[in-house]
Amino acid sequence: MKSVLTSLISGLLFGAGLAISGMMNPAKVVGFLDMLGNWDPSLAFVMGGALAVSFISYRLAAARSAPLFATAFQTPTQKQIDPRLIAGAVLFGLGWGIAGLCPGPAVAALVTGTTDILIFVGAMLGGMLVYRVVLER
Amino acid sequence: MENFTPVSALIGGGLIGLSALVYYLGIGRIAGISGIVGGLMTDGTGRPIRAAFVVGLLLGAAALFYGYGMPPAVEMQVADWPWLVVAGLLVGFGTRLGSGCTSGHGVCGLSRGSLRSLVATCTFFAVALVTVFVIRHVL
Repeated sequence: MKSVLTSLISGLLFGAGLAISGMMNPAKVVGFLDMLGNWDPSLAFVMGGALAVSFISYRLAAARSAPLFATAFQTPTQKQIDPRLIAGAVLFGLGWGIAGLCPGPAVAALVTGTTDILIFVGAMLGGMLVYRVVLER
Repeated sequence: MENFTPVSALIGGGLIGLSALVYYLGIGRIAGISGIVGGLMTDGTGRPIRAAFVVGLLLGAAALFYGYGMPPAVEMQVADWPWLVVAGLLVGFGTRLGSGCTSGHGVCGLSRGSLRSLVATCTFFAVALVTVFVIRHVL
């Protein structure tokens, strides 16, 4: 129960952060990615702020043997730079560039009731399902 | 650069970092949205935790959007639905294949010092920059 509540609070912070930073608006993200246009560096500041705080959390965690409300830290064990990692990042970058939406802001922006966002998120879930059916067996 | 909003960007970013902190120190998990959403389809045991995160994400975004008008608008770069479908499929499939997105690789991975995340983040940023350049300045 505590772990579910912790997850809810974490989600609340994430959603609020996306809304406040403006990243829920695809135009704001594209404004960063369009460096040769009317450049908006905001996204770099969002990343910087997020990295500074999360960096601390992993340092704090290093001193602990287990998280507060779970039995163990679940860190990714894979270390290899494999073709899947690169291919996945390329496909993701392509989609991100086209729509200006990555998974977090896309899901958060569902609350705005915008039809375009609904179409995008539907397709995104479809893409995840395709991955599960085709490759994750 | 008249659209630049450094203060709200830093505050919002800090909250996203805080979210990663709560998620990791609290329950030992990496706050990556593609993993959380994609995992809802596969992993049975972690489902309540992941569902709670998504509910929180929606509530947090709704509170700021409807309560404080943040962000003021949601403006699309492409609004033709075939393009949105293509982009959505690429983002969904690509983030699962590459084991992460802007949050999992970009925020959590980089701050954990993961080489895989560094390579992934540089790759998707580079491809997205080129894609936007082509859409905005070539097509």
